[in-house]
Amino acid sequence: MRFDLPDTPPGAEALRAELRAFLAEAGRAWTPEIRARSWMGFDRDFSREVGARGWIGMTWPKAYGGHERSGLERVVVLEEMLAAGAPVGAHWIGDRQSGPLILRLGTEEQRRRILPGIARGELAFCIGLSEPDAGSDLANLRTKAERVPGGWKLNGRKIWTTFAHKSDYMIALVRTSPAPEGGSRHAGLSQFLVDLRLSGISIRPIRDLAGADSFNEVTFDDVMLREDDLVGAEGAGWAQATSELAFERSGPDRYLSSYPALSLGLDALATNPVPGAEVTVGRMVARLSALRGMSLSVGGMLERGEDPAVEAALVKDVGNVFEQALPEHLRGLLDPEDSPAELRALLAALTQLTPTFSLRGGTREILRGIIARDLGLR
Amino acid sequence: MSELRGILVEQVERLVADAGGVAPLREVEAGQFPQALWDGLSEQGLALALVPEEAGGVGLSWGDAAALWQVLGKHGAPVPMAEAMLGAALLSAAGVEVPDGVLALGEKGAPFGRHAANAVKLDGARLTLHPVEGANPGANIGREPRDDLTLAPRSAAGILPNSHGPRALRLGLALIRAAQIAGALERILALAVDWANTRKQFGRPIGKFQAVQQQLAAMAGEVAAVQVAVSNAARAVDARGLAEAGFEIGCAKVVAGEAATFGAATAHQVFAAIGITEDHELHHFTRRLWAWREEGGTDRAWAAEIGKLALARGGANLWPDLTARDA
Repeated sequence: MRFDLPDTPPGAEALRAELRAFLAEAGRAWTPEIRARSWMGFDRDFSREVGARGWIGMTWPKAYGGHERSGLERVVVLEEMLAAGAPVGAHWIGDRQSGPLILRLGTEEQRRRILPGIARGELAFCIGLSEPDAGSDLANLRTKAERVPGGWKLNGRKIWTTFAHKSDYMIALVRTSPAPEGGSRHAGLSQFLVDLRLSGISIRPIRDLAGADSFNEVTFDDVMLREDDLVGAEGAGWAQATSELAFERSGPDRYLSSYPALSLGLDALATNPVPGAEVTVGRMVARLSALRGMSLSVGGMLERGEDPAVEAALVKDVGNVFEQALPEHLRGLLDPEDSPAELRALLAALTQLTPTFSLRGGTREILRGIIARDLGLR
Repeated sequence: MSELRGILVEQVERLVADAGGVAPLREVEAGQFPQALWDGLSEQGLALALVPEEAGGVGLSWGDAAALWQVLGKHGAPVPMAEAMLGAALLSAAGVEVPDGVLALGEKGAPFGRHAANAVKLDGARLTLHPVEGANPGANIGREPRDDLTLAPRSAAGILPNSHGPRALRLGLALIRAAQIAGALERILALAVDWANTRKQFGRPIGKFQAVQQQLAAMAGEVAAVQVAVSNAARAVDARGLAEAGFEIGCAKVVAGEAATFGAATAHQVFAAIGITEDHELHHFTRRLWAWREEGGTDRAWAAEIGKLALARGGANLWPDLTARDA
């Protein structure tokens, strides 16, 4: 493993200033619950505003609605959005994963059809991976697409699909041929661009423990896909899906999820001083600084075209521990009666969200398995 | 990593590794000084590494130096070369000629003080050099010499520039110990992985058990965090000078202290009984990790400083302050 800190991109300060002015204005309407959910919050109007300012699809070619800026400038935008607790969920997946996948492996038609809409903040994506019998053991998935005249027929079921009920498209990983006897279970999987308005798709929201409808069960019943809804190569779905993981796992969304509480917590502690609080606060700030360095390092490596898959797993693992511990540290310092209502509401919302941090995008156990393999233990 | 830094790291690594594994550590702990290793490193001009070229030094960056300190830490830092580099950098910055030989930092609990001909003291911005007259020997739990010195009146003096500031010694030492912790953690992680792949129980290497894999993976995360925190701190010194890099150095020492605690515990858990025997090499590194947590300011002390500042600045400034420090 190797982490090299990148240089700050030129113009970063001006970009941050622009973002902060925008977020200060937009943020007036955000309740503590919205800030707590951040990239798990879906707000199409906000995403359109962000798109209009050129902050989605920033690195993509202008021909596809992008803005041809650097990956590190994009990181500046992500950091500022998350530090402010902005509800970026409606464009987050398209910007982070689906758009880059289509740009890299999609057909020209797919690029022209899809990318400009993502960049405008108008097209929302969800990721169809987990199934009832395929969670961490993703290769066990059973949803299948069969070749039929003119395209593919899709049957099966995806589950825990975040924002499927609000999204326009799903990138689904499904089986297009049986896993070869005695061969790799990862063979025979393909990715499809699925328009969620197609007939035969039913989406059932699953209420989460906080009472929110954020994830879903999606059932495909003889859904007809066109020939060119296949993304990339038939049978290469596993390699395609896992090649994006360094982007998915290394960003600021893997350590900043609880940040808004730290910011509010500092003010609450200034009003109600707690002896020794500075030590706990200092430990959190030091971790935050180190994690930011780790995440930026991976961002720099991605920008140079490297594949820092293990480094990304390390960012997510260390980052998840931090963002899960943060609300508990504050809880250890401030009793509810000493906390302002806004902080109480934020912590209440975060407390109910924190279990997801080390589940979404690869569980802690899977990540540590990847790290262990790199160490030479597996 | 720059090409120059890579070459230097390789050279120093070879010199220290060739000195015989943990043999020099056992020598130090038995009260001897690994003179041959010290001489070998001195011949490379390492002591003057941080002194600018125009002042007769090598003109390395603090980033380069931190990479070298990590290598020294990886081998248990059997000689006080990191301290000599810092001392020389400060003397040179204050316009004082750098003497040959082992240089002690401070007067109380001075690392390897009994082996030093001279000691550096800092009072405000005033840096003084003193011949060492006597040493009352002491040791940390790494059994490294930490001696209270009797110093002769100053033989030379100078004023440190503002970029170094009155806390230059403490800041420099904190960065050194954080870097050494990063190196020593890397070492014990490698040792533990190797052991986990070798030691068999229940018919297979213990590293095949997920319980062991998960612990070592978590440790790898801490090792990565310290390395990044140290790089960030060294880069801040290169960009703004020691005096203005207190935040990053403090962060590095906090993360290093926490990671040392976790890493030493994890390595011992993986090694089990063999790891706590006198004959085994692990304790030479874990005892140093525990000792280095305490030197140059504990993680608690640095966290308090960082936390106080953050509380005084308020929640709205925390993120902007953090990003404003980007080099």
